[in-house]
Amino acid sequence: MADFKEISPDAPAGAKLMNWVDNRFPATKMFKEHLSEYYAPKNLNIWYMFGSLSLLVLVIQIVTGIFLTMNYKPDAALAFGSVEYIMRDVPWGWLIRYMHSTGASAFFIVVYLHMFRGLIYGSYRKPRELIWVFGCAIFLALMAEAFMGYLLPWGQMSYWGAQVIVNLFAAIPFVGPDLALLIRGDYVVGDATLNRFFAFHVIAVPLVLLGLVVAHIIALHEVGSNNPDGVEIKAKKDADGKPLDGIAFHPFYTVHDIFGVSVFLLVFSAVVFFAPEAGGYFLEYNNFIPADPLKTPSHIAPVWYFTPFYSMLRAITTEMMYVLVLCVAVAAVLAVLKGGLNGLFKGVVAVGAVVLCLVMLNIDAKFWGVVVMGGAVIILFFLPWLDNSPVKSIRYRPSWNKWLYAVFVLNFLVLGYLGIKPPSPINERVSQIGTLFYFGFFLLMPWWSRLGSFKPVPDRVTFSAH
Amino acid sequence: MTQSSQASAAPAPGPLDPTKRNWILTTAAVGGAGAAAVAVPFVSTFQPSERAKAAGAAVEVDISALKPGEKVTVEWRGKPVWIVKRTPEQLESLKKTEGQLADPKSERNPADLTPAYARNGNRSIKPEVLVAVGICSHLGCSPIDKFQTGAQPSLPDDWNGGFLCPCHGSTFDLAGRVFKNKPAPDNLEVPPHMYLSDTRLLIGEDKKA
Repeated sequence: MADFKEISPDAPAGAKLMNWVDNRFPATKMFKEHLSEYYAPKNLNIWYMFGSLSLLVLVIQIVTGIFLTMNYKPDAALAFGSVEYIMRDVPWGWLIRYMHSTGASAFFIVVYLHMFRGLIYGSYRKPRELIWVFGCAIFLALMAEAFMGYLLPWGQMSYWGAQVIVNLFAAIPFVGPDLALLIRGDYVVGDATLNRFFAFHVIAVPLVLLGLVVAHIIALHEVGSNNPDGVEIKAKKDADGKPLDGIAFHPFYTVHDIFGVSVFLLVFSAVVFFAPEAGGYFLEYNNFIPADPLKTPSHIAPVWYFTPFYSMLRAITTEMMYVLVLCVAVAAVLAVLKGGLNGLFKGVVAVGAVVLCLVMLNIDAKFWGVVVMGGAVIILFFLPWLDNSPVKSIRYRPSWNKWLYAVFVLNFLVLGYLGIKPPSPINERVSQIGTLFYFGFFLLMPWWSRLGSFKPVPDRVTFSAH
Repeated sequence: MTQSSQASAAPAPGPLDPTKRNWILTTAAVGGAGAAAVAVPFVSTFQPSERAKAAGAAVEVDISALKPGEKVTVEWRGKPVWIVKRTPEQLESLKKTEGQLADPKSERNPADLTPAYARNGNRSIKPEVLVAVGICSHLGCSPIDKFQTGAQPSLPDDWNGGFLCPCHGSTFDLAGRVFKNKPAPDNLEVPPHMYLSDTRLLIGEDKKA
């Protein structure tokens, strides 16, 4: 608690007002702590724009969302019509709706790029593990938000997409069918489902999302940003205790980010005005047909941002389960022979592996598909503890790591592409290899991240003035 | 830094009072139990409402106009129910597919999926008339008709006619039996049904009321 500050009666009115406020609310203190005296590394590059851009898209989604609810009706009989009403009859309603639908895709684009930045520069490493964990939770909440929002227009894709995802939960042994019933509130996706998804989409999940965003930023401001060199700027400070390689967030990065915002809005507006459906990727054509519970569209695929995970779900067939059992068996044998465990733990690993293999062979592949799809997101949470590399940034890792990360990105894009394609035997094989690579990348990271010759990490960030 | 300076300035803690600690624990436990009890009604609202439970009456269908090789779809409990009148060739093909099926004799979960009177090679009461819920046992999509035989996209070259699920590529033969090594674990459900007369079907009930 700060002491009450008196100010000279001759001070300007503005200063007097701020003094009055500051004695009651830490406005100036917070402005300094989080903006004007918050020091960020001076070598942040273009990859660091996507954090502030995700915040911008969050604001766009909240504002456009509020205006959409003023005309939308969460009722199975009226929902489809009310969206068309917004599009055709509400003045400028089409703009608000297209901003919201384009915003959903834009959100995932900036968030995926933001996550990739964290991946290559080791932004998840100590002491930033919690920033990463909060970030993964935001990603998860965002997926829930997008999924539930997609049901609301009550088109064919809305309906059948929700049907598929809710049925995923039914695959869980024992409790699954009851859980799916609790989610739907009816024996099939229907009015009850639409109503509750609306409630979750407009208030419950956004509240969680906002709380997580605050936690993400508080954690970030506690430890400070990482940078492309992965060196801690707080290690070298000047006489005033200010990092030598740091610059104040305001005005330097506020201006920098406003430039990013301008470029982003240019592209965003171009999509909103000229290609709001983005060729069927942002708004699927089948969703312009009202939901029909008796007929599944001939080709059903989730929106693009879910497709890499959807591919992994489809990759798990009975055949694939034999491959996965083999992987578990090989891992267990290696752990017993080379793990350096004592006798008791060897026994535990061996018995555990046998039990796991039996369980894997005795529960339907359908359930394991769900486990793999969920695991593909959950595994991200553990990244800080999987990476054993002595350096953070890709810049100082062995050169072959760049190729590995390139293959990882390519693999993710290929999985995404296969997820929008109809199933076929060749696509199935490719997605199975892709799934194994995706999990191999993370699960083998504790070993491969230590291999190779690392380059010397500089004491200070590399920076040349423009 | 301010915290550590405050901590050093704080007075030294007095002797531990076990009664105080016990009361704090008791209060927290009772409060927690109360909060958990309040959660029950909230979670219960997620269950299907009484109205949703009540909607599920049997549906009567007249199939006199259904020609061999044709299918009609009726809605029962919000789900599509297919009635397919199979041609003799189609019935013959059911024997050929048996070796490629995951569960040709409908032995998995027979109580839920196949009523006793449909546990035969055609999965039907009358050999030619298949009655099945058109919901894939994988993730609940409605498979599409692929009655045309022969090679075509997403299907094997020796296709004998059946159904293809557009979501994840599961295939079913003309008795709604799932092919091996597909995401769907089970055959299509045969709903309880009975014939009121030669051409009148009642879907949803199978006992004389």
